[in-house]
Amino acid sequence: MSSVEMTISVADKAEAAEAQPPRSARLWRPLLGLALPVALAVTWEIVVRLGWSDGRLVPPPSVIGTTLWELARTGELWQHTRATLLRVVAGFGLGVAAGTLFGAIAGYSALTRTIIDPTLQALRAIPSIAWVPLFILWLGIFEASKITLIAVGVFFPVYLGVMGAILSVDRKIVEVGRAFRLSGPALVRRILLPAVLPAYVVSLRSGLGLGWMFVVAAEFMGASEGLGYLLIDGQQLGKPVQIVAAIITFAVLGKTTDWILTSGTAPFLRWEDRFHARAGA
Amino acid sequence: MLAIANVSKTYPNNVRALEGVTLDVAPGEIVAIVGGSGCGKSTLLRAISGLDRPSKGIIHLDDEVITQPHEKIGIVFQEPRLLPWLTVAENVGFGLAHLPASERKERVARAIDRVGLADKAGVWPRELSGGQAQRVSIARALVPRPEVLLLDEPFSALDAFTRTDLQDHLLDLWADSKPTLLLVTHDVEEAIVLADRIIVMRPRPGRLFDEIGNDLPRPRDRQSAGFDHVKRQVLAALDRSLGRNISVDERETSAEKGAAMWW
Repeated sequence: MSSVEMTISVADKAEAAEAQPPRSARLWRPLLGLALPVALAVTWEIVVRLGWSDGRLVPPPSVIGTTLWELARTGELWQHTRATLLRVVAGFGLGVAAGTLFGAIAGYSALTRTIIDPTLQALRAIPSIAWVPLFILWLGIFEASKITLIAVGVFFPVYLGVMGAILSVDRKIVEVGRAFRLSGPALVRRILLPAVLPAYVVSLRSGLGLGWMFVVAAEFMGASEGLGYLLIDGQQLGKPVQIVAAIITFAVLGKTTDWILTSGTAPFLRWEDRFHARAGA
Repeated sequence: MLAIANVSKTYPNNVRALEGVTLDVAPGEIVAIVGGSGCGKSTLLRAISGLDRPSKGIIHLDDEVITQPHEKIGIVFQEPRLLPWLTVAENVGFGLAHLPASERKERVARAIDRVGLADKAGVWPRELSGGQAQRVSIARALVPRPEVLLLDEPFSALDAFTRTDLQDHLLDLWADSKPTLLLVTHDVEEAIVLADRIIVMRPRPGRLFDEIGNDLPRPRDRQSAGFDHVKRQVLAALDRSLGRNISVDERETSAEKGAAMWW
């Protein structure tokens, strides 16, 4: 083997090692993120057990766990989670449908964009919570006003994301479609839709995040069930542990729905040439 | 036969990109168009492809008037323009959606094999080198079996070695079905290696200026005296097209230095 060949094969190995970290590192890496919260929780538990704090305002993990278990055992947790989840699903669905439709039309037609975009941008500037009193007057205090508020929150990021994605589709790629004589619908299906998909997923994720934010606001405005109700109830009855339990449930639900969204769309986005795409995020 | 008759193109900002261009290209002929920047060579190619319409004049392919992209005309752009969400094989088969899957598959496999990328059929475009991507792009344009293949500076973004490699490869592919090739290029050597006829265009407004026949036997040796002779003719015509008068002696010395700086 000549020295040049040797250098090349050594370089190859170095590259391979870089691309594929050792097995143990790949397994342990994600768990590193858990170290900090677990350490904090354990420390707090010890502090309360030693009697350095009574843990009334900031309950220790064991008490939160017991409370969650109690709520789950009596079926309350499921009842409230279900109510909140249904509101988010309905509001998210409506917001996504409307945002996608308006975003697509505004992105596709310059005339429509000039007509509707300034109005929508002005509406976007209104803090969405400001709509609450109006929605209650218009739609009553039950589900309709809550779902509408969530839908409004989801609508804007999706609208902006879809419109921006369509506007930024590479003209050169659209031209390939024209050169192959694609009809209008075929151009949309075979070029525009796949081209906007990555940006669309991002806008769905931010829409979903806002959906979870707004469901809390919606449930604050008067609800007899739901995780937001648990929060208010915990405040009024002076039960911080119930508040923390509801917050943890929110965190788990938010993370889980986001995970469902990203892993559900990942198979369609494998082609993306992203920074760190090969590291398998 | 491809017949371009008195084609002019004026852009909305009143730039006259093309004026009165008339050109006939015989079936199976390879024609290269060279010229300084702004001479309208890409505008002409886009008009023939049907992607843009000329302001005046008419383009015929056989008996049909070309006003929009036509199935008998394929185009290869300067960039590969592969669709990043399709694999190499799906990109090559992009123009065959109307065919039954089995026939499509077979033609795609043959085309990919023909451009030497059989082992890359299932990969995403992001994993290809520039030269490989451009070969996929050529395969995509050739697989619907066009009568005319237009190439808009197809190799200009590649390094010198890959470029000569792809020039030879293009001739090899052309020999399969001998479509008409109409090639726009900045590279005089590329024009001479490939073309039977080299058209020199002149800028502002873009029009045909001169035409140099090239019947050197193939494969063409870039170092031969005959090649050098044609090259000098083309470079001299380019200089004249830009209003520069350089005597033949000076021309010879600059030609020896390699690519003359005529642009």
